[in-house]
Amino acid sequence: MITDKTISSLSEMLEKKEISSREICQAYLKRISDLNGRLNAYITVDPGMLMVEAGISDERRSSGKQLSRYDGIPIAVKDNISTKGVKTTCASRILSNFVPPYDAHSYEQMKSRGFLLLGKTNMDEFAMGSTTETSYFGPSKNPFNTDRVPGGSSGGSAVAVSSGMAPGALGSDTGGSIRQPAAFCGVVGIKPTYGRVSRYGLVAYASSLDQIGAFATTVGDAAVLLSTISGHDVRDTTSIDREVDFRPGDLSGDVSGVRIGVPEEYFEGVSEEIAAVIKNKISLLEKSGAVVEKISLKYTEYAIPVYYLIATAEASSNLARYDGVRYGLRPEGINNLSDLYLKSRSEGFGREVKRRIILGTFSLSSGYYDAYYMKALKGRTLIIRDFQDAFSKVDAIISPVTTTTAFKIGEMISDPLQMYMSDILTISTNLAGIPGISVPVGVDGKGMPIGLQIMGDHFREKTILSLAANVEKTCEKIKPEI
Amino acid sequence: MEYEPVIGLEVHVQLNTESKIFCGCSTKFGSDSNTQTCPVCLGLPGVLPVLNEEVLKKGILAGLAINAKIASYSKFDRKNYFYPDLPKAYQISQYDKPICEDGYIEIPVKNGLKKIGIKRLHLEEDAGKSIHSETPGNNFSFVDLNRTGVPLAEIVSEPELGSGDEAYEYLQKIKTIMKYIDVSDVNMEEGSLRCDVNVSVREKGAVKFGEKVEIKNLNSFKSVRASINYEIERQIRMIESGEKIVQETRLWDADSNETYSMRSKEDAHDYRYFPDPDLAPIILAPEYIEEIKKTLPELPDAKLRRFVDEYSLPEYDSSVLTSVKQLADYFEETVKLGANPKKASNWIMSELLARITNPEEIKSFHASPGMLAKLLALIEDGTISGKIAKTVFEEMTATGKGPEQIIDEKGLKQVSDTGEIDSMIDAVLKNNQKSVDDFKNGKENAFKFLVGQVMKESKGKANPILVNDLLLKKISG
Ligand SMILES: [Zn+2]
Repeated sequence: MITDKTISSLSEMLEKKEISSREICQAYLKRISDLNGRLNAYITVDPGMLMVEAGISDERRSSGKQLSRYDGIPIAVKDNISTKGVKTTCASRILSNFVPPYDAHSYEQMKSRGFLLLGKTNMDEFAMGSTTETSYFGPSKNPFNTDRVPGGSSGGSAVAVSSGMAPGALGSDTGGSIRQPAAFCGVVGIKPTYGRVSRYGLVAYASSLDQIGAFATTVGDAAVLLSTISGHDVRDTTSIDREVDFRPGDLSGDVSGVRIGVPEEYFEGVSEEIAAVIKNKISLLEKSGAVVEKISLKYTEYAIPVYYLIATAEASSNLARYDGVRYGLRPEGINNLSDLYLKSRSEGFGREVKRRIILGTFSLSSGYYDAYYMKALKGRTLIIRDFQDAFSKVDAIISPVTTTTAFKIGEMISDPLQMYMSDILTISTNLAGIPGISVPVGVDGKGMPIGLQIMGDHFREKTILSLAANVEKTCEKIKPEI
Repeated sequence: MEYEPVIGLEVHVQLNTESKIFCGCSTKFGSDSNTQTCPVCLGLPGVLPVLNEEVLKKGILAGLAINAKIASYSKFDRKNYFYPDLPKAYQISQYDKPICEDGYIEIPVKNGLKKIGIKRLHLEEDAGKSIHSETPGNNFSFVDLNRTGVPLAEIVSEPELGSGDEAYEYLQKIKTIMKYIDVSDVNMEEGSLRCDVNVSVREKGAVKFGEKVEIKNLNSFKSVRASINYEIERQIRMIESGEKIVQETRLWDADSNETYSMRSKEDAHDYRYFPDPDLAPIILAPEYIEEIKKTLPELPDAKLRRFVDEYSLPEYDSSVLTSVKQLADYFEETVKLGANPKKASNWIMSELLARITNPEEIKSFHASPGMLAKLLALIEDGTISGKIAKTVFEEMTATGKGPEQIIDEKGLKQVSDTGEIDSMIDAVLKNNQKSVDDFKNGKENAFKFLVGQVMKESKGKANPILVNDLLLKKISG
């Protein structure tokens, strides 16, 4: 089946003219029309536009003018990444009609290599959540068990890739929003170093933590997508000009001599099944020649409060622009300015977004700033140092991605604190700005996927991708039965 | 009881860069509403600010010009508040790490100069403009975002100004300096200079400051002075009648010449400043600052001293000539072309400044430094008299013709031919026998009258010294 293929094999078939972009796109559109009703992975799909673009791509290829070997392959894009002329809603009511007049840099890069836009994927509203349940458009479902969450916030992208509704997808990761849904849905998900990918056009949740990354079914495909969207962009002063050294050909999978740190704090509270699978994979790496040692990331327990103070503080300011004045939701019956603000924001934002705006506003308020926001910044520095120390001794850190496999829809949504706690293993990488990848390594007794996380030092994407490629070889492919 | 006012000014200077501080939009003044905007300055979702380096350079230059220290590390912060003309609902500004700190300028006071400390200069973006419909029944407001993101430098003085007059001088000096270094048009009417005032009053000699009142809505230097004077009096009146001054913001009403309360401290915003995560901190190498320092022109104070020393001009002349850089340049150019400095200064101050409304536009003035220098040389060598020179200057100003051409065309050359002057004297004496008699009877004024008559006869062209000599000889002889 076409929709079972990897990006690399689709590319090969296109290069050999065994298939056309139109045929590929048609297959995915069929898959979406069969499954999206049940899984709710996509918010926006425009089949007409896609088929026109596919036709143009086929013409480029037949005249030998393809933009790259991937020209004509359709990709899903999370709905907080701006796509010119296509609705970009952030799964929020307040932006449910917003059509950006510009492309995000990452999407621009995809287009410049000939990738096509398959559709915009569902997510937690403004990327605030770990389950995709806070979406204004309803929750996405886990393809392995539709009673369970796919994780979040990039849940739609993970579901689309996991269920064969897309060969690959872009997502964003602020505290685990790529790696956790990748783990829950049995796909590969990578969050690069902060600054590796331009944030221009990514609708901000927490600017100092947000980073765009990719989902794919294989480590190689994840490397293809990430290398495509990486690169310096003058429109984002936090983007950094670094050589891209992790294209599929660069990943040897040879791990001999690679020093791997295993942080004990990252196994506390982790389900026995998950811990066992991860430890088994680590011992396999050791057998292939990696050097494994125990390390300590002693400030891990502060990561949750630090993260939720910094992220919400930034969010409270980032989301202030949705005031109903220039674009977005404009409710009826507005009589004056404070009405306009109050109604637009009360009716436009969901509960979780409001909760975080209030939290962040509070922690930045005069009299509380030092006790909360300032202290969180200090905590962040300690966490960064923790990793600096660790990376002076090891090349990569391996841990589980999550403490449990995907839980039931509705199970956590009423207990925000419990939900925040579930991010414990992924948020530190965002606080430190380092890259992290989630690789599917098996399933638990209920048949739900388990993810293994590899973290590397700044700009060491090559190291973690190489390790991931090695781990991948030792795993059976996990596929949902739908 | 004697009281002492304590005054501090916050001056916003619009930097005159081509494009805005965080996007590429034009900063041109007076275009159609919302035509100079882009996703960044409109605050659309997902776009990011990028600092315009020209803004940074002008900010540093301004800091150097007010003798401030340039910070090797500074950063941008977000100042959060909701307003329709603030698209992101936060203003990007600098909070605790401004680009420049700890400067000063000197202002003229009664007996010399007074040093006024400057706490800081920081960079920030301007907001847009709200326009409220004045049509009855139409309660819509309109927002123009052309000004959103126009770069500003906010200059905060220490509370070291002691009167409305000093505040006025301070503003004049800031304006002159900013013009000299060409970082701003500093035009209060167009809004490229804005000023808020803090005023408090305390018993003379007291250590503690009184409660301060902020005054806003000031649209001219004069209103700054008037509002301060009003506010000092109001506060003293209140203290003397036993009332308490409350910390508040008051607005100046230029029609009634009064301030009135706008909001009390309790209603003050909590701006929730925090570092803007979208903008990397600014870390400046000493060499970078040095390079900018090299572009710093001679500043007004230094120029004034030099004019006094180098050209032996009086303090007053020097201060007038250096008040506008273009005027000072004009003067120096004239002197360089051979004019006597004092004579050039006199001509510029009396004749030139009387004919020009804006000395900054002196470049477009018809009479160039070259023409003025030539004119002064023609007086010097006796070709024309000082009086005729004024006529020539007038003509130069109007037509742009050179002085020699004008003298030729109008036949204004001074008459030094004694025979010609003799016959004019004869004619005058014949018709003014009474004055001749008066003179002989000791009336000195009669002589002056006769000289005047001869000059009139010559249409001003006769050499006045020759007229004097020949006339005296004739009457006495
Ligand atoms: Zn703009």
